[in-house]
Amino acid sequence: MDFGFGIAPSSTINLDKVDRSRFTRLHELEPDVYKCMACGSCSSTCPAGRFSGMSVRKVILALQRGKEKEAVRMLKGCMLCGKCSMVCPRGINTRHLILSICRIYNEEQQ
Amino acid sequence: MIYQGKQKIWSEYQKEIPDDHWFYVRSCIRQNFFPGAEVMFMKICREELGKDIYETPYHTTCGGIAYHCDTIPQETVMTIVARQFSLMTEAGYENYAASCITSFGNYIEILETWNEFPEVETKIRELLWKACRREFVKPKYVAHASDLIYKFRNDIAARAKYRLVNRKTGEPLRVVEHIGCHYSKMFPSKGVGGAEYPYVLCGMIESWGGNVIDYPERRHCCGYGFRQYHVKANRGYSIANTHKKFESMEPYHPDMIITNCPGCPYFMDRWQYAISEIEGKTYGENGYGIPVLTYEEVASLVLGYDPWDIGLQLHQVAVEPLLDKMGIPYNPDEKYKGLNHKDIMRPELPGVLKCC
Repeated sequence: MDFGFGIAPSSTINLDKVDRSRFTRLHELEPDVYKCMACGSCSSTCPAGRFSGMSVRKVILALQRGKEKEAVRMLKGCMLCGKCSMVCPRGINTRHLILSICRIYNEEQQ
Repeated sequence: MIYQGKQKIWSEYQKEIPDDHWFYVRSCIRQNFFPGAEVMFMKICREELGKDIYETPYHTTCGGIAYHCDTIPQETVMTIVARQFSLMTEAGYENYAASCITSFGNYIEILETWNEFPEVETKIRELLWKACRREFVKPKYVAHASDLIYKFRNDIAARAKYRLVNRKTGEPLRVVEHIGCHYSKMFPSKGVGGAEYPYVLCGMIESWGGNVIDYPERRHCCGYGFRQYHVKANRGYSIANTHKKFESMEPYHPDMIITNCPGCPYFMDRWQYAISEIEGKTYGENGYGIPVLTYEEVASLVLGYDPWDIGLQLHQVAVEPLLDKMGIPYNPDEKYKGLNHKDIMRPELPGVLKCC
């Protein structure tokens, strides 16, 4: 029977089944990645966000949850303008972080 | 379950529940869902236990649903509640008993706010006076109606004609207790047993002979969550919550579920039908669902009232398998007859969920 709605799929993520080795490497290169408090200042100031769906906040969250493909796809919209670095309240060099993410997560594809 | 640890927690969260003279306020939605529940509460308190419980026809909704749906500000809810308190003052009572869990949470939240911010109370007194020329005295005790049945659970057990025991095997029935979120999750000290292990329904189950089931999602929401259900686009989240709860309790084979909230029995009862239609899955034995009852309905069954007189025919999930287990006699021909023996019409049977 069609009620016009169904059972929403579970958003539970089992972190025991997620390979976090590359995130650990990222943390070694960029210890500041753990400083992020997901405030979203970077995303709100991003000039590419409105058009490409790019969001540094979402990228960090996706990497922590093992959704690497989603994160790399989002990063393709980044123009490396560096505005996010200027507004980060925790002083994270987000531009450098993005470059490191690209280096680590694109290695296997090369 | 590790019983001793939980008993320690229960013993720390106890509240004073006066013995008699209560001003009772009904729920605004409950009588549409399970009309027998509140009637039976009054009957048990007045006729079985001989208590003084007063209610007034001038009582209105507490505004809790609108408040939790973000459609009215808290000052409006406070003024509505202040009017209810003025009705209690007018009737000469100082103990306030709410039938609804959300109302109970609402009253507690408002009284605590007035306690912390007396200037808000002064403002609300002014608003009430301007709106309807009324004044009020704050209640001395606020309790949920289930607190009262909890207090008198042993008196009910002493008068019991049936117990929560499988008549054929002699084993205690496996009972899931589900507490409404607004009972003690907001103010743990205001509920019997606190927020994590509320004892209010466990106490009743144990007194009446049943066995309480402990399962992983025991404290999970029933799925109502006002804004999740009221907006159709969000109903998938509502049913997903209920689905999660049933999946979690399924391995423990519960015989029944007892609740103390207006929304919980309704959603856990009706969503079993919706889940069966969407997924083709049922959670009871032999294609039936798990009967979901309110604590008043269970108390009435235990005291020997006729199942159809307390409105059990209005449940989506058939209660007959539970009645058979408890050994309670019932006449299937009388199921869809009203109190005046007029036909109240039979509902269409579901496609998957087995009903009698």
